[in-house]
Amino acid sequence: MSENTVSTIDASAGEWPLWEVFVRSSRGLSHVHAGSLHAPDATMALRNARDLYTRRNEGTSVWVVPADAVSASDPDSKGGYFESPQGKSYRHATYYTKSEGVKHL
Amino acid sequence: MSFASHDSATKQSAGQAITAEEIGASGATAPEDVARYALWLGDDALMLAQRLGWWIARAPELEEDIALANIALDLLGHARFFLTYAGTAWGKTEDDLAYFRDEEEFRSCRLVEQENGDFGQTIARQLIFSYYQYELYRRLVDSSDATLAAIADKALKEVQYHQDHASQWILRLGLGTEESKRRVQDGLDYMWPYVDELFHDDELIDALEGIAVRPSTLRADFDRRIAEILGEAGLEVPGIPGAWGGDRSGEFSEQRGHILAEMQVLARQHPGATW
Repeated sequence: MSENTVSTIDASAGEWPLWEVFVRSSRGLSHVHAGSLHAPDATMALRNARDLYTRRNEGTSVWVVPADAVSASDPDSKGGYFESPQGKSYRHATYYTKSEGVKHL
Repeated sequence: MSFASHDSATKQSAGQAITAEEIGASGATAPEDVARYALWLGDDALMLAQRLGWWIARAPELEEDIALANIALDLLGHARFFLTYAGTAWGKTEDDLAYFRDEEEFRSCRLVEQENGDFGQTIARQLIFSYYQYELYRRLVDSSDATLAAIADKALKEVQYHQDHASQWILRLGLGTEESKRRVQDGLDYMWPYVDELFHDDELIDALEGIAVRPSTLRADFDRRIAEILGEAGLEVPGIPGAWGGDRSGEFSEQRGHILAEMQVLARQHPGATW
């Protein structure tokens, strides 16, 4: 691990901030969200992520991201976000029939 | 083996490292002196694992709970290796040695038996012991005894992490609040009398030239690196002299009996029990 930042724990904060953990299981794959954890700072968040999410040889690389840096879609408006493509099969290439006489398609 | 699905972020695999069972099955028999040495190392790891296990469900945060439990399990693993190997000399299993020896038969150093105290005191002990163990295993990988070298090789990677964990906490406690600094310094002062003993050259060492690591040769690197990290954390290297006794002759701290009572009670009440 190459990071060197050491920040001190802010005792006034009460609870440690939340971090989202992303683990890459092997080279060539992308980092996939594995879960979240609490840690006082990024350096410790990486250590905790290693202990919580790579105990069984799961990872070759870990990212931690402050949870409040993640903007997420609203679970309650799932319909508006994700259901609109339903019934729009013309958005798929398989919807179209091949024109007569077209070769090499 | 059936592990989680391939595209999961938490794909699991068993890994390649050696296991205690493999050491038992390898047919390697430890010569008497080597076995006595393996017992030192195994007992240190076993006692500290038992001590650290106390923190499970008691650490300041759930995440730290798991970190300390991981370290305890690593140490328990080292103990299993060393005790399994030592046992080959006397026809005993790791369980015989862990659960059916009395306090005066253990050879652990007194540092690992000391009270956990508060989190600062536990971290102080972790710093001292992981720095010592790192220097030890770093050299033991070159042992002419193939089994000791293989165990050290496996353990070294884990101890590097223990060292990092302790260092990170020493920095945060030392540079944290007045209170955290005072408490971790108190912890260091509490543990310091038991440091000298780690570097004592027992007569057994003379018989194990090229096999064992001579403890006194680790001291200079240990002192330098401890001074470095404590300096960085704004803490003092305690000027407290070593406690009397404790040369692994069977001299032991009063805490050992309490640890063993807790650790051995189940195995002794139900001999041969499996679960």
